[in-house]
Amino acid sequence: MHPTTNIESMIIHSYLTTFGRYLMLMGRTFSVPERFRMFWKQYVKEMEQLGVNSIGIVLLISFFIGAVICIQMKLNIESPWMPRWVAGFTTREIMLLEFSSSIMCLILAGKVGSNIASELGTMRVTQQIDALDIMGINSASYLILPKILGMLTIMPFLVIFSSAMGIGGAYGTAFIGHIMTPDDLTLGLQHDFIPWFLWMSIIKSQFFAFIISSVPAYYGYTVEGGSVNVGKASTDAVVSSSMLILFSDVFLTQLLS
Amino acid sequence: MIEVKNLYKSFDEKQVLKGISTVFEDGKTNLIIGQSGSGKTVLIKNLVGLLEPTSGQILYDGRDFVHMSKEEKVMMRREMGMIFQSAALFDSLTVLENVMFPLDMFSSMTLRERKKRAMDCLDRVNLIGAENKYPGEISGGMQKRVAIARAISMNPKYLFCDEPNSGLDPKTSLVIDDLLHSITQEFKMTTIINTHDMNSVMGIGENIVFIYEGHKEWQGVSSDIMHSTNQKLTDFIFASDLLKDMRAAILKNE
Repeated sequence: MHPTTNIESMIIHSYLTTFGRYLMLMGRTFSVPERFRMFWKQYVKEMEQLGVNSIGIVLLISFFIGAVICIQMKLNIESPWMPRWVAGFTTREIMLLEFSSSIMCLILAGKVGSNIASELGTMRVTQQIDALDIMGINSASYLILPKILGMLTIMPFLVIFSSAMGIGGAYGTAFIGHIMTPDDLTLGLQHDFIPWFLWMSIIKSQFFAFIISSVPAYYGYTVEGGSVNVGKASTDAVVSSSMLILFSDVFLTQLLS
Repeated sequence: MIEVKNLYKSFDEKQVLKGISTVFEDGKTNLIIGQSGSGKTVLIKNLVGLLEPTSGQILYDGRDFVHMSKEEKVMMRREMGMIFQSAALFDSLTVLENVMFPLDMFSSMTLRERKKRAMDCLDRVNLIGAENKYPGEISGGMQKRVAIARAISMNPKYLFCDEPNSGLDPKTSLVIDDLLHSITQEFKMTTIINTHDMNSVMGIGENIVFIYEGHKEWQGVSSDIMHSTNQKLTDFIFASDLLKDMRAAILKNE
């Protein structure tokens, strides 16, 4: 066999092995919780830790991105041939269709992904996961399922908050920066609104929420070794989930548009 | 009683356990001793099911653990308690919550009953007053005692301890040893302790299994060690010149 082909087959084998292990872990994760009371407690805790604690950064980034998009649109596509509401219209479409679902999830992949991978990785190397297994608890289900479901639950709210804050940022440029009149902005924001786009954004974000929570959970849960490997798992988790979000965004956008 | 029959475990080409057969008796503190890398931890991990043996049998009161179904193993594990080398307490839970955790998961007690049971276990390990602290806020010895309290909260039939004295000073080690010994007798458990600590060996070893390079080299009680003619065992136990001299002096005086 040609050496290059050999290396390619090894890489493919490695990817398939990782994917197979990921599927097996998900198989263990999606099982009926042993104690619903304990599951509920974990679920609420994860919603707070992963979702509610991310609201601040989501709002902050969305506000400034909304403002910047509005300024860029106004300054760069202004022309006597263009209606004055175009900047508001494009700001809404960009925020709703891409930023609040995909880009915001990319940002969360960094924050939430590294959090999940390092938490589970540390639990693995300090034998806390072994302790759960010895007690006869399905550790994958107990630790990972509340994270995935918590993220899936909170994500639509983050998308809506992000879109709303982005529009708030656009109004900021109109009221404070006087880039355009608030009436023109309002006209643009209301122009030709297609409610499906909001649903599309939420549907996309659900896929990304699953990636953000399950991929880092896989990397963290399967760590072997010590703190160096926990750090590596955390980095791998963020890189892999970001790549998967970008790839799946292309397919989902094509599929849902 | 736990019977191990002809247990083998390999990692790729490397054979770590080479046909170990032994019996760990009820109501006794059974010790597994041996040099680092001799296979003690691998043996204990096989016993609790964290590793699958390559071949052989592990019988818990006659029940073959190796060939049990996944569900049967889960049920079987509820009869086990384990104390890890690092204590393995859950960082995000307080001391009380750590001890209550197995009760929360598996018992049908009310919250008040679970709390009472957990406090009784903490009382048993002399940790009343530390219940609202987090594992990061207490000493290593206290963490080990919390791990003991958590392990006994469900009244296990089998208690496993992986180097419970590692990282502890000699005085705290004695406290942990005494605690494990008295709990074993009180709850009539089968306790298996994996240790390097010679104080534990001489102090609480009621059934000692010496592992050497993956096989059982010697088995007996602590009083037999002094008169043992097994060179590998005596080289391991009386490794320092001081201990060698002490042994020679004791044998001379007898």
